[in-house]
Amino acid sequence: MSLLAGSRTSRRVLSWKPAVRRGHGRCKNLSTVSPTPRNPDASSPFRMAIVGSGPAGFYTASRVLSKLPQAKIDMYEALPVPFGLVRHGVAPDHPEVKNCQDRFDEIASSPNFTFVGNVTVGDSSQPGRHCTVELQSLMRHYDSILLAYGAAEDKKLGIFGESTLTGIYSAREFVGWYNGLPDCTNLHPDLTRGEDAVIIGQGNVALDVARMLLEDIDTLRKTDITEHALSRLAESRVKRVHIVGRRGPMQVSNLPLYDFIEPFLPLRQALNVTYQAAFTIKEARELMKLPDVAFHPVNRTLIPQDLKSLPRASKRLMEVLLKGTPDADPLETSKSWSLDSCLSPKHFLARSDSPDSVASTEFDVTALADPFDPKSRVEKTGEAIILPSDIVLRSVGYKSVPLPGFVEAGIQFDERRGIVCNDGFGRVTRLVSDSDASSSARQQVPGLYCAGWLKRGPTGVIASTMQDAFTTGDAITQDWLAGASFLGSHEGSSRAHGWEGVKEELGLDQARRVVTWDQWKMIDTVERSRGEAQGKEREKFTNVADMLAVLD
Amino acid sequence: MASSRSVTKCLPRLFSTICRQSRHLPSHARAPSNLLRPSSLCSLPSRSISRLQASSPYTRSFTTTAQRQHGHIKPPKPGEEFVYLLNIFGNLLYVTFIDKDGQDYKFAVSEGDNLLDIAQANDLEMEGACGGSCACSTCHVIVTEDDYYDKIPEPEDDENDMLDLAFGLTETSRLGCQVVMKKELDGLVVRLPSMTRNLQASDFQ
Ligand SMILES: Cc1cc2nc3c(=O)[nH]c(=O)nc-3n(C[C@H](O)[C@H](O)[C@H](O)COP(=O)(O)OP(=O)(O)OC[C@H]3O[C@@H](n4cnc5c(N)ncnc54)[C@H](O)[C@@H]3O)c2cc1C
Ligand SMILES: NC(=O)c1ccc[n+]([C@@H]2O[C@H](COP(=O)([O-])OP(=O)(O)OC[C@H]3O[C@@H](n4cnc5c(N)ncnc54)[C@H](OP(=O)(O)O)[C@@H]3O)[C@@H](O)[C@H]2O)c1
Ligand code: FES
Repeated sequence: MSLLAGSRTSRRVLSWKPAVRRGHGRCKNLSTVSPTPRNPDASSPFRMAIVGSGPAGFYTASRVLSKLPQAKIDMYEALPVPFGLVRHGVAPDHPEVKNCQDRFDEIASSPNFTFVGNVTVGDSSQPGRHCTVELQSLMRHYDSILLAYGAAEDKKLGIFGESTLTGIYSAREFVGWYNGLPDCTNLHPDLTRGEDAVIIGQGNVALDVARMLLEDIDTLRKTDITEHALSRLAESRVKRVHIVGRRGPMQVSNLPLYDFIEPFLPLRQALNVTYQAAFTIKEARELMKLPDVAFHPVNRTLIPQDLKSLPRASKRLMEVLLKGTPDADPLETSKSWSLDSCLSPKHFLARSDSPDSVASTEFDVTALADPFDPKSRVEKTGEAIILPSDIVLRSVGYKSVPLPGFVEAGIQFDERRGIVCNDGFGRVTRLVSDSDASSSARQQVPGLYCAGWLKRGPTGVIASTMQDAFTTGDAITQDWLAGASFLGSHEGSSRAHGWEGVKEELGLDQARRVVTWDQWKMIDTVERSRGEAQGKEREKFTNVADMLAVLD
Repeated sequence: MASSRSVTKCLPRLFSTICRQSRHLPSHARAPSNLLRPSSLCSLPSRSISRLQASSPYTRSFTTTAQRQHGHIKPPKPGEEFVYLLNIFGNLLYVTFIDKDGQDYKFAVSEGDNLLDIAQANDLEMEGACGGSCACSTCHVIVTEDDYYDKIPEPEDDENDMLDLAFGLTETSRLGCQVVMKKELDGLVVRLPSMTRNLQASDFQ
């Protein structure tokens, strides 16, 4: 599908504005590795480690490489394979979304870029043929570290039955399972339990998961979905999918799509920035177009009679929902789905014949103060309803976690928002109190930066993650050129040895396990040829041992 | 005859050389709007460039930076050079991009080129993350004149769906990958939306 696949080459020549000097250096003692104040010298070498190879890592790398020709970037990735959620999140029937991998490939081909795959930063709990590097080790060998490791967990509902009953799955794990994420290979969801599936949450992940359950299996066969998922989906008995939200169709999720400019309300209004609906129109339209799948009409009372006065995006989305599937009647099609509004999950109920298995979900019915106000308050009415639930998929958002070593490094993690504390541009900051605790101030942690879902929280499409990464890339280059404090074990230039230095500390045995970019390309080639044999784009390896076996 | 053919061969390459040289300058020093940069010519394969090196006095300042290949901006086919030369004086279409700093760049392009390919072949800041598949909105452009906007075939649902997610959407927004140059669009001017401003840290407190 890509018009440009394989033909695009690096192309950034960006204008550069004089850097503004900020009050750096004042937080010299914040981390155990003291930052080195530098003379502003645009040509001194700059070594940066990136943790995570998703879009945030790659797009930040591209910005830094284009602005600082002297930069040398090493990208650490926990898996032997790159691209984060582009590989393990984006739905298999959205191959065009993955075209950004061509661009990442280009970035990786820069002589100033090194991929250090199969290396987890911080977490030493990984077994087997895996390599682990401590954050402190990176801090000793780099001028700067970019944290871009995304969101590896998901939010829980915290209601009865959630962790005790079988048949309740995390949507993140379900997605990982059909996309070949090694951690989720063994999920083995049982899709033969019955006909009714309930998905809790109405974000795009919920819609992706619904589409996988409803889509014609022969359509999926042509995608890069894993074989193990295909065989289970082929046996699936699911016929009726409820996608359940606690608010209504007119309400939108908490964060706007371009939340990296969220502090600029006036600007956002001036630029007519829209809030992102929990799900986007393209995904809703796709579900409406599935052959032999009907949509149960949406609750009309929650959508204004006159759509004309709505902002463009909301008007178009409401039109799609109201139109529904005029040519497909739920009574006649083999499968159907609905968007169930104003239902907040209360608890799960077990089957009487099998007390370990989920049978249904009880929801509190909620009411919106103003159903047409996107920011309307929502309250419980005191009523409850029960939806039959042979399978439940919890899709209420992803969650980032702090890395071991954050405290020592002086990095603060905002548990509520699930982000590394930062100044909005991607500079890692920490709240520091005076000795008598009378006042506190935010200070930059020199040399440390963040981007992507770890910086903003787990929302946003690739386009918004890219913009956010560019903002961080600009902050890094601006600071470097302005002579701000960065990491570095001793003063003077060329002190950072990057991956070579880290490797020496690791020892040969660990370093042998590292997967290079060329080795990833070998894995890639084998995956593609395995796929070709089955008429698919690729057949992914679904566990790390199989990926590494290609390299033996 | 032989000599006229060599002129027709050299001219496009000459443009190409100028175009490449300008690309190696920092963008604030790059060609302003009055320098035409025929994007189609920028994509000549490296073979022709090296032949030019041997025959043209302009080659001395040509740098040997890795060639950029862009498969979708059509170079003239062998034997079409004469037609091509005529085009330079006659039938080429012009499109102007205004970048987020307000700098404008005018390019001579061929019918059938789309705005994403043109922008990328000329190093303008347009990501095109989905490779022109109408699935990302990172090629958003704003048509500056309503008359031109009206001359572009109406966006399909797919394009409108992605535009709904574009930052700074306007009444005359389009996706660059979906706008294909044709005669009626000669003289088109589009603006690249400015996604980020020079934000100050204090703005976030
Ligand atoms: C199910 C799903 C479907 C999506 N579909 C689309 C879509 O169709 N279109 C679209 O535009 N957007 C889509 N998105 C959004 C898009 O994927 C995200 O915006 C983007 O991937 C976020 O990028 P990131 O780099 O911050 O994180 P990620 O992509 O998650 O990358 C993080 C990387 O860090 C690695 N890592 C984690 N911990 C460590 C560690 N300790 N050491 C080293 N490496 C580590 C991970 O393995 C991973 O490779 C989807 C998201 C999801 C969840
Ligand atoms: N095709 C695509 O482009 C694509 C595909 C997948 C993902 N993505 C992107 O990836 C990001 C993450 O998607 P996501 O779906 O995980 O997150 P999301 O968009 O934040 O949606 C989370 C959903 O869960 C609901 N929720 C949260 N807590 C809840 C609770 N306690 N009880 C009931 N419901 C609760 C939210 O409802 P409230 O609104 O009421 O809080 C919302 O409907 C999004 O930005 C998405 O656009 C994009
Ligand atoms: S390049 Fe992705 S929509 Fe145009």
